[in-house]
Amino acid sequence: MWKQMLALIIKEALVVWHDRKIRFTLLLSPIILLLLFGYAATLEVKNISIAIYNQDQGWYSHELIERIKGSPSFNHVYQMHSTADIEKAIDAQKVIMALQFQPNFSAQMAKGDEAHVQVILDGRRTNSSQIVQGYLTQILQSYNEEIRQQDPPRRALNVVAVFRAWFNPNLDYINYTAPCLIALLSMILALAITALSVAREREMGTFDQLLVSPLSPLQILVGKTVPALFISLVESLLLLGVTFFIFRVSFIGSWILFFASLMVFLMSVVGVGLFISSLARTQQQAILGVFVFMVPAIALSGYATPIENMPDWLQPVCWLLPTSYFMIIVKGIFIKNLSAMQVLLHLWPMLLIALFTSSVAVWMFRRRLA
Amino acid sequence: MKPLFRKQRLWAFMRKENLQIWRDPSSILIAVILPLLLMFLFGFGISLDANKIRIGLVLEDQSPTARRLADTFINTPYFDVRVSGDRAILEQAMINSQLRGVIVIEQDFSQKLLRGVQAPIQILADGSETNTAIFVKNYAQGAIANWVAAEQEEHGDLRTTPIVLENRVWFNAELKSHNVFLPGSVAIIMALIGILLTALVVAREWERGTMEAMMATPIQKSEIILGKLIPYFLLGLGSMILCLLIATLLFDVPFRGSFFVLLLSTSIFLVAALSQGLLISTLTRNQMVAGQIAVITGFVPSFMLTGFIFELQSMPTWLQIVSYILPARYFIAILKTSFLTGTVWELLIPNLLCLSFIAGVFLLVVAHLMNKRVD
Repeated sequence: MWKQMLALIIKEALVVWHDRKIRFTLLLSPIILLLLFGYAATLEVKNISIAIYNQDQGWYSHELIERIKGSPSFNHVYQMHSTADIEKAIDAQKVIMALQFQPNFSAQMAKGDEAHVQVILDGRRTNSSQIVQGYLTQILQSYNEEIRQQDPPRRALNVVAVFRAWFNPNLDYINYTAPCLIALLSMILALAITALSVAREREMGTFDQLLVSPLSPLQILVGKTVPALFISLVESLLLLGVTFFIFRVSFIGSWILFFASLMVFLMSVVGVGLFISSLARTQQQAILGVFVFMVPAIALSGYATPIENMPDWLQPVCWLLPTSYFMIIVKGIFIKNLSAMQVLLHLWPMLLIALFTSSVAVWMFRRRLA
Repeated sequence: MKPLFRKQRLWAFMRKENLQIWRDPSSILIAVILPLLLMFLFGFGISLDANKIRIGLVLEDQSPTARRLADTFINTPYFDVRVSGDRAILEQAMINSQLRGVIVIEQDFSQKLLRGVQAPIQILADGSETNTAIFVKNYAQGAIANWVAAEQEEHGDLRTTPIVLENRVWFNAELKSHNVFLPGSVAIIMALIGILLTALVVAREWERGTMEAMMATPIQKSEIILGKLIPYFLLGLGSMILCLLIATLLFDVPFRGSFFVLLLSTSIFLVAALSQGLLISTLTRNQMVAGQIAVITGFVPSFMLTGFIFELQSMPTWLQIVSYILPARYFIAILKTSFLTGTVWELLIPNLLCLSFIAGVFLLVVAHLMNKRVD
């Protein structure tokens, strides 16, 4: 019995390995994606272009503009000569932010009044414009602070906010992206291999041959599972290599915990893949199935945005997905050295999901084959 | 010169393609379910507006001043605050991902303020959630600034903040991120559907051997290309209208541009995407590989390298150069402007021209490659 199963496992592995195109796309594409995401997925905003329309002739506005120009974040500062110019520049996305100083700006400052700067932000780029506004606020705060020091009547409460980011002091996006991507990309691979494998045989007519072989449905299932697990495990090792050697992200947690949870995670995904496979009659249907699972599994995992940001009714759905748990584990082990206790706390729901998906897959298979 | 196509033959071929679409409903499902799913997820699931970030507040100082500061944090709509006197508990909760940040008001805070010594307020954030950490920092600083202003007012001193920023956000005043994501996601959905549908279609014919059967018929390559493009083009237009309806009716995203521009740019974009799909499937001849490549060259770059979420200007130069060959880059710019701003010809015309150019190139390349294989 074992021999037969081994033969099927080898056959399945060979299907993937023999075809140069499949081998190439399956193994190489996650690595390309990791590199792409690693370089592109940053929400930092650099090389910012802004517009300034200064109607004020005085010293205060001049000084503030000089500081803005001097900051490394704002690369291009365009001088505008009318409100219409500002409108045009924002409309055509030439600049993301525009500042306008009223003619009496410096005069009000000299009188000791509050002086206002009008700031216009491009709402088409919500996130970036908020970050850009943050940069401007920082420049302004230090300027305000200096003015206060020079001018006793304005002296404020002597409070200072000290910011520290734990685990990732420089807030490098890659420390956050890379661990998540290792999880997501190996998931996509495991899904694609399992979901398409049966559909492919059905479409080509070789599935009937499998059925008349002495293998039981369970054996066929194991034969499809093992190579997929193995290949995605190898792939995640390759991705780990890229993370360490190219992106230089450090790993501070426990390897044993990492691989144990990775295995459980991949098992749960393979279960889903086999489930899709048992439903799909053509590869196109299988691909549709992969998308229907994959897209929410990524979007709702807390990778793109934290789960607590989502509407209340959607949050329970997130906790049905294995990705949500694995995201916490993988980031936790990678950069936070999460305790074994905490890992286990997130591991057992994933184990339940794995058990559930694989038993449903077995049941579906039996039913479809009987 | 031979005519580009014979009406009768093209018609027959399209009819066959149509029947195939109806018989395996997964094509229609791809055109209907994927837009619904993606719009739904982009509308509800993905939001970069941080509201109700869970933070901890360590309140070691029980003086009224410190209490008022704590209340400012508690009343901020951006935070969901858990107050405790024990710093270790809250820090552990942050390590366990239950909190995204911790604010520490130390024991001698109000005393320091009275003595006129600098009184620090610590903002700790979980750096493993990089984007949220930045929000924690910005919102916490904002809350502190509000508190300072309120305290100052209490003491009758109004002149403390010399320069004040008056922020106005154009096109999307409430900074709703789904107003930005949903128009952009129309492009991503179109890219996915367009490329995926046609990528699978020709590869399937090769896999099943029906492509060779077709080569034995007098059909011309232009008829094959048109016959494959037109049905899926119509399907794609259908899903665009579906997306438009969902975005405007369900999520209340404004549409301020012209419908004509939208239709025109969608059509050009679809030609580019469908040709890219045809190209993939003629080259791979294998559905599994074609599906993967469609995702890698179509879906992912449209998502990553087009300014949809991530700023192009912040990327390394080589990636910025890559982004210029992506049709989605131009389409997203057109969509965002059409939805949120209106008809800005200055921005539309260059984008439309680039889009048409790329679509033309793709179409020519497909025609060229088909030629070699069919004849």
